[in-house]
Amino acid sequence: MGQAAEALLEIRNLSVSFHRYGNGFAQEELKAISDLSLTVRRGEVVAVAGASGSGKSVLASAVLGILPGNAAVEGQLLYRGEALTPGRQRALRGREIALVPQSVSFLDPLMRVGVQADGSRRPRQTERRRQIFRRLGLPEETEKLYPFQLSGGMARRVLVSTALLADAQLIIADEPTPGMGLGQALEALRMFREMADEGRGVVLITHDIDLAVEFADRVAVFYAGTTVETAPAADFQRGEDALRHPYSKALWRALPQNGFQPVAGHQPYAGSLPVGCLFAPRCPCRTEECERKTPPVRQVRGGEVRCFYGA
Amino acid sequence: MALEARNVFFRYGKRGPWVLEHVSLSVERGERLAILAPSGYGKTTLALLLAGYRQPDRGQILLEGKPLPKKGFCPVQLIWQHPEEAVNPRWRMGKVLEESGKPDGKLLQALGIEPAWLERFPRELSGGELQRFCVARALGSGADYLICDEISTMLDGITQAQIWKVVLEEVSQRGMGMIAVTHNRHLAGRIADRILDMERDPESHGRT
Repeated sequence: MGQAAEALLEIRNLSVSFHRYGNGFAQEELKAISDLSLTVRRGEVVAVAGASGSGKSVLASAVLGILPGNAAVEGQLLYRGEALTPGRQRALRGREIALVPQSVSFLDPLMRVGVQADGSRRPRQTERRRQIFRRLGLPEETEKLYPFQLSGGMARRVLVSTALLADAQLIIADEPTPGMGLGQALEALRMFREMADEGRGVVLITHDIDLAVEFADRVAVFYAGTTVETAPAADFQRGEDALRHPYSKALWRALPQNGFQPVAGHQPYAGSLPVGCLFAPRCPCRTEECERKTPPVRQVRGGEVRCFYGA
Repeated sequence: MALEARNVFFRYGKRGPWVLEHVSLSVERGERLAILAPSGYGKTTLALLLAGYRQPDRGQILLEGKPLPKKGFCPVQLIWQHPEEAVNPRWRMGKVLEESGKPDGKLLQALGIEPAWLERFPRELSGGELQRFCVARALGSGADYLICDEISTMLDGITQAQIWKVVLEEVSQRGMGMIAVTHNRHLAGRIADRILDMERDPESHGRT
């Protein structure tokens, strides 16, 4: 993480809301992402962890410009210092910016997966793709199968191979590992790490924090559509006391290897976000101030935290 | 008495490769088994057989020594890996829950299901919220065995711990048997009292 490394992706105060119809003619705005900032430099793997439904996949779609028509985006998205306009997103995605989609339904059900992973690039990179398949533990026959014939973990590995093959500068991997066995998941993550070491940038959206921290430089923790903490990955390995935000600590404590203790309550719904700190209703150390004002982002011990008290 | 797979063989289609061969296992009521196996091993297929969604080509699935009942609420309930694929997208969640009879208010509360969610459609809830409904539905009154197929891999750590806490409490209170399929060794250690590890020891269930 040298000072000189170029910022590949800069996200500044991004908000994404969805417009929808309620009862009758009533309309409402659902805010999926609010005031989010994140930077990814060359050579970096940034893991994005956090609550299910906290807007992690929406963020990926916003960067690629593939949000549905009823979405409104505010704030700034920069790729290599220049604004990511819809035209630029169209030109870059699939080439300079690659996505590993979360849902295995992104595979074309009518195409054999080998040809599908090769894509429309000419000349075909079949040999290289076979190498990647081998490394990910997909047997040679897999290339002749259709997506419905694959197990969840195999389909996931095919999706990962497409991004590795794209030769992109920025890779956004949305939950690439669920369904894979431990060895395969580690191998996939190792391949992302190698891509970063070659000077690319990787955003790794994941729930497998314990695996991700071994390969990531930084971890951004999402809750209810914003980053509550950005920490060096090592802090997650050191444990609860090294973390800054009460939500990150709660998340750490809930992992099976660290206590398996859940905090009560659930994430606020995008249509009815509370005033003030978004985690306040579940926070053990909330004060009156937390319920009135949105906490600012503060620099604490080489990380960032959105909390009045995080230390 | 137990839920048993006896020397089960299964393949998709008449000529496909065998997905399961010589699989035998047994779980007693009150026992919790975790199955660890590599991706593509046939874990989900095994879960489908145990819950009666598919029939083995050879061998038997036996509940208390008899085949699974063909009619009515099946005493072996499966919770699927992808909750969004296990609920009717055109029904409100209240109706989805009633598929297994009148829902138990205390259970809904324990699972953190807000009363307002019952009015929503599946697409208006996150995966974690949907999975709570699927757990509540599977724990309907006649369930004696619960098969959990990677029910928490797509969830964050806190939601995972919340859901398992309720599942484990219900399972032990009612003396149910449970089979959980997972990739997470740490999780397996937390939820099960016996682990069948097909990743380290492929012979452990008699596959030849």
